[in-house]
Amino acid sequence: MTESVYLKNGGMTPVAAIPRLEYGDFGQAIVTQVQKGQARVAAYFAVLSDEPGAVLEIFAILARERHGDLAVFRTLVGERFESLTPNCSQVHLFEREIAEQFGVIPEGHPWLKPVRFHRSWRPDHDAWGRDPAAHPLVGDLDFYRIDGDGVHEVAVGPVHAGVIEPGHFRFQCYGETVMHLEISLGYQHRDLERMLLGGPHPATPSQIETIGGDSTVAHMSAYSKVIEGLTGCPAPARAKAIRALGLELERLANHVGDLGALSGDVGFLPTASYCGRLRGDYLNMTAHLCGSRFGRGLVRPGGVLFDLQSSLSARILAALEDCEANTIGAIRLFFDTPSVLSRLEGIGRLSRSAAEDLGLVGVAAKACGVPRDCRFFFPTGIYQQEFDELITDENGDVFARARVRSREVEVSLGLVRRILGNLPKGETMIPMGPLPPESLAVTLVEGWRGEVVHVGLTDGTGSFRRYKIVDPSFHNWSGLALALRDQQISDFPLCNKSFNLSYAGFDL
Amino acid sequence: MILRLLLHLLLLFMLAPLLAGIIGKTKATFAGRTGVPFFQLYWDLGKLFKKGVVISRTTSWIFRTGPVIGLAVPLLAALFLPFGPVGAVFSFNGDLIFFVYLFALARFFTATAALDTGSSFEGMGAVREVTFSCLVEPTLFFILIVLVRLSGSLTLSGMFGPTLVASWHSAGASLIIILVCLLVVTLVENCRIPFDDPNTHLELTMIHEVMVLDHSGPDLGLILYGAAMKLLIFGAMLVRLILPFSLGNFWLDLMLFIVGLCGLAGLIGVIESIMARLQLLRIPQLLIGTSLLSFFSVILLLR
Repeated sequence: MTESVYLKNGGMTPVAAIPRLEYGDFGQAIVTQVQKGQARVAAYFAVLSDEPGAVLEIFAILARERHGDLAVFRTLVGERFESLTPNCSQVHLFEREIAEQFGVIPEGHPWLKPVRFHRSWRPDHDAWGRDPAAHPLVGDLDFYRIDGDGVHEVAVGPVHAGVIEPGHFRFQCYGETVMHLEISLGYQHRDLERMLLGGPHPATPSQIETIGGDSTVAHMSAYSKVIEGLTGCPAPARAKAIRALGLELERLANHVGDLGALSGDVGFLPTASYCGRLRGDYLNMTAHLCGSRFGRGLVRPGGVLFDLQSSLSARILAALEDCEANTIGAIRLFFDTPSVLSRLEGIGRLSRSAAEDLGLVGVAAKACGVPRDCRFFFPTGIYQQEFDELITDENGDVFARARVRSREVEVSLGLVRRILGNLPKGETMIPMGPLPPESLAVTLVEGWRGEVVHVGLTDGTGSFRRYKIVDPSFHNWSGLALALRDQQISDFPLCNKSFNLSYAGFDL
Repeated sequence: MILRLLLHLLLLFMLAPLLAGIIGKTKATFAGRTGVPFFQLYWDLGKLFKKGVVISRTTSWIFRTGPVIGLAVPLLAALFLPFGPVGAVFSFNGDLIFFVYLFALARFFTATAALDTGSSFEGMGAVREVTFSCLVEPTLFFILIVLVRLSGSLTLSGMFGPTLVASWHSAGASLIIILVCLLVVTLVENCRIPFDDPNTHLELTMIHEVMVLDHSGPDLGLILYGAAMKLLIFGAMLVRLILPFSLGNFWLDLMLFIVGLCGLAGLIGVIESIMARLQLLRIPQLLIGTSLLSFFSVILLLR
């Protein structure tokens, strides 16, 4: 086995301890482990290198479900290097991202196109030779095209009919059948990762909380655990429990909201209306907790900013009592209606092998029968004792994605009850020391959409040399594009809703 | 004659938007919401007629013609149909064919206006609309053939005339079957769930709504008004089939007709509340099914 550093979730290592592999060995190690199904690429990013002859240093974080640990590799590359994508499709988007950020060329990449349409981080180096003075036009892409009799192209977005985020979808259709869908994002790019360099800054927590507004607690928990991992000061048990509570409430609100939205998309009114209201109720429980319906300001490195008084605990439990029966009822009605089931089954099917090849995470992966849940495989805090119900489904269609959500709702309801009934005593916040120099920490948090990965890498002064964020949407958008193959174009909104991915989380 | 014309138009103009309000209110009640007022569509139409129009530069005169014909056709078609006790204004032998193809004319212009915009969405909508209406046409004709056969009349006013009561006694089975088929035709022609979702905002799933995306202001008002009238016309046929008898008093009969229409709107609201939309691929299958069913009702009569 290739030499490497193996970390637990939330673990830290000095950078010097990570062996620097030759690029060939590095590629070989990743491709072998991924092809054998022992590991998948959780994060893959680059930093500028001062080593002579090298331009970039690439770090790869492999998540190894069976071992419950994370393997870290690093290597040096020049202006051009051989792409790993032909042998390992999980890195396809990561390599495109690196090419766009640093203007390097992964040679042999089969689909080397811009990801977010921003200027290269290295002045005067652009992988596509675009004008360095002007900001690239978002969506200016050489779309894959199919020509022929009866073949037509449909462009949707970036501005949509609903109040949703901007993104462009280009369909190649034969009649009503979609042959190919290409998704072009980047309209929400805020250059977050570069804003975080040199940090943590006073604004950093607020920026982290807005990576994707619907996953505030997930991203903020991941960030806090990175800081805690780097400094070696874990948050108190009570704080961890309150974080888990916030995370599960976030999951409940979004899953219930998604089921309602799916119901609305198939034109089934009752569940759509009830779930819309219930989502608000769950958001309000988070608001009881911290004053913000989306959990902003709840989690901070070192713990949580809001303690849970026993009177508040009782209030949330009482509110939950009311919501639980309504939620279960609305969901049951949805799954008991034949016209709804006939609309969901067999639509947008994704095979298990495709989901594994693309490295999908979260609800989309679980629906294909791929067991992926950080709470189960990489548990931290309260999940080490309290979580043992890994949900998967088998068919990988819209129905499976809906059913994974509905079953996760039931699990989360139980979890919230257990957390509230068994809250550890003690403090909720401890002070954080300065970050150690030349270190790397990795955290995985299972947000409602899937695995959120944060990697913090510090420089010689203990500031961020690189802060890598991988939102589950980054992996899963490709899954949506693949799920649409040979589907009816009229089913796209339904498929899209069943994935319900974040645009902002992808665009960063 | 003049009086009948005035009454017809009065009913058509005043009652049509109310049906949409009743459907909306029923759906809202099922969903546990208050819903928009019964008379919302009247205000909406008033608002739209006061607005300006934005017209794409790529369109031609066809685009402006679509909405006008979309309103003119239901207006004209309504005059051939008895509204409860108010008899048809015009009538001639074979007017049922004229009636059916009037709506085809409107569809032709709506679809052409949609294609005129050059938008890929509207093109898709036009294709779907035309495909489904092709499949509805046989059903509609079999329904009319059954009624012609029963009444022995080749006019709509004769077919929906007083002979219907006797027909219910002699050929109840056939009439029940065509009643079901006519309900399906009504739902398809008026873009209701389970065939189309008039409330969706998702362009890719729309059928009728997507064809009129580019229309605005008074043009959109004409389209909405025309659609409401179309629902009333199909509703009038259904109500006449279900309640063919006369109470002996003109005003009582008129009340019965109006109550019947409102009840039908409520029924459509209930159907929309308890069903999800069909997958687009399944709609042709269902329409072919109703064609066969209506053909069967003809066979029942011929045996």
